Amino acid sequence: MANIFIYPSNSLILYDLVERFGHAPLAVMQEIKKRVTTVGIDSPPLNITPEDPKIGLKYAAVEVPAGVRGRMALLDPLLEAAEAAILVEDAPIGFGCMGCNRTSELVGFLIRAKHIPILELAYPTSDGMAEDFVYRISKFLDELGAGKEVKNE
Amino acid sequence: MNEIEVAQISCGSEYTGIQGEIESAAEQVGAKIIFPDIDLEEVGAAEAKFGIKVTSPDLKLMLARAISVVEGHTTADAVFIGTCFRCAEGALVRNEIRRYIHDKSGLPVISYSYTERTTADTLLTRMEALTTIAKRRSLLAREKQTGITAGIDSGSTTTKAVIMKDNEILGFGWVSSTDVLKSAEEAYSTALKESGIERDEIQAIGVTGYGRFILGKEFNADLVQEEITVNSKGAVYLADRQKGAATVIDVGGMDNKAISVQDGIPGIFTMGGICAGASGRFLEMTAKRLGVDITELGKLALAGKASNISMNSYCIVFGIQSLVNSLSKGARHEDVAAAACYSVAEQVFEQQLQEVEVREPVIMVGGTALIEGLPQAMRELLQVEVIVPPYAQLIGAVGSALLASGFIEE
Repeated sequence: MANIFIYPSNSLILYDLVERFGHAPLAVMQEIKKRVTTVGIDSPPLNITPEDPKIGLKYAAVEVPAGVRGRMALLDPLLEAAEAAILVEDAPIGFGCMGCNRTSELVGFLIRAKHIPILELAYPTSDGMAEDFVYRISKFLDELGAGKEVKNE
Repeated sequence: MNEIEVAQISCGSEYTGIQGEIESAAEQVGAKIIFPDIDLEEVGAAEAKFGIKVTSPDLKLMLARAISVVEGHTTADAVFIGTCFRCAEGALVRNEIRRYIHDKSGLPVISYSYTERTTADTLLTRMEALTTIAKRRSLLAREKQTGITAGIDSGSTTTKAVIMKDNEILGFGWVSSTDVLKSAEEAYSTALKESGIERDEIQAIGVTGYGRFILGKEFNADLVQEEITVNSKGAVYLADRQKGAATVIDVGGMDNKAISVQDGIPGIFTMGGICAGASGRFLEMTAKRLGVDITELGKLALAGKASNISMNSYCIVFGIQSLVNSLSKGARHEDVAAAACYSVAEQVFEQQLQEVEVREPVIMVGGTALIEGLPQAMRELLQVEVIVPPYAQLIGAVGSALLASGFIEE
């Protein structure tokens, strides 16, 4: 079982697929849960505090908007733990999104720079493409599970 | 009126960690932040409807929320628009949404670009102005001062007080700000003495400026009001431009205000407090370096030519360094004074006036408006009529006295 970073990081569909195929999805909901259930933090709605954008300085300099750096603080543990990744490009908002395209660009770069197995997919726009979408995810995850060498797509 | 509802249209505030600060600022002025509810389909359709394409989904959501407010699907008394500081795409959307809401809904609107260092205190004056415009329109419609009233403006650099009677200024006091209460008392006493009015004859008193809250308690003020609304009223009153559009520019000691006004009521406004190089302090330092009193700097500037001086920075430190370098190369003092005025005007123009709609006439107020080179530089930059009304330095005190007279009748 591998830790699979998913992007969009709050995609319930990707989360479910990864879990179904026996791996551990790394999703932003887990990080938000940690924050909102931590006693003593009072910064609703996500319990991200002004300290978080400073943690995000690990990934982006101070001239990068604080909203990007705050998001990066949230994603930091997920990026650190990632052993493989599934990235879906051009997904509609309902599929999942982090709200900020600059963050998406940075996350895409960082995850690729880790040189871990990555499956990059375009969001399917037809039934046939959707079947292929799920098939490719299952194949990727199966091969990871079998310990096969996975070629990045 | 019940609690004022401020619709928040923003991107990034929850990830910046300052959402609580926004809500706290609203709460302190009796307002509540609400978020327009939007269907997913509306987010998808917003770009085409608004006519702008953006890549970030939260900016698409901002567009949808703005449309919801304008079309009346969301009921709000005022609108707060925010995006992250240094986000170019966010700034574009923020500006266009602000213009759209102002033009199409008539609701008071402010915008702000935040960092993780933004606090409720930073937002308080803006939020106070926003809610005042929403809930006190009848008070702001007041065009004449009646009875005997006093106004005190506790500014960062100077404290001003005026006594007004039946729409006339009888006396004023203008002192440097040291201890907030002592300076206010000194200015007030001077104004009373000059006007020949006894303290117990004052029927209502209004206070504004940085020290307004403490002065409000000390003087038992009828009106405790931020500078945006008060200065707008004071400016159009003294410039005799109460009807129609105007733009008020107040270059203060610590921050600047640019306010787009319609019939004396602020519409879009910005407050800048990021750079001292665009403040009255910069002009004070220039005057000191030139060995002249600040009151002489303006006339000196009028006799000079700004383009003769090379200014490499707007910064209060490096800008002054440029001026010093010029002096060491034999530059004329007049040219240096003109360059300093132009530098302040240019920075206000580049950083603040882009965010408000500049509509004629431009009314320059505050003590810096009396430094003749500054309104002249603004005239050159904007190529519009720039008015400096009489008593421009007393704008906040006059506005307070004018609005306070509304409390006599109440």
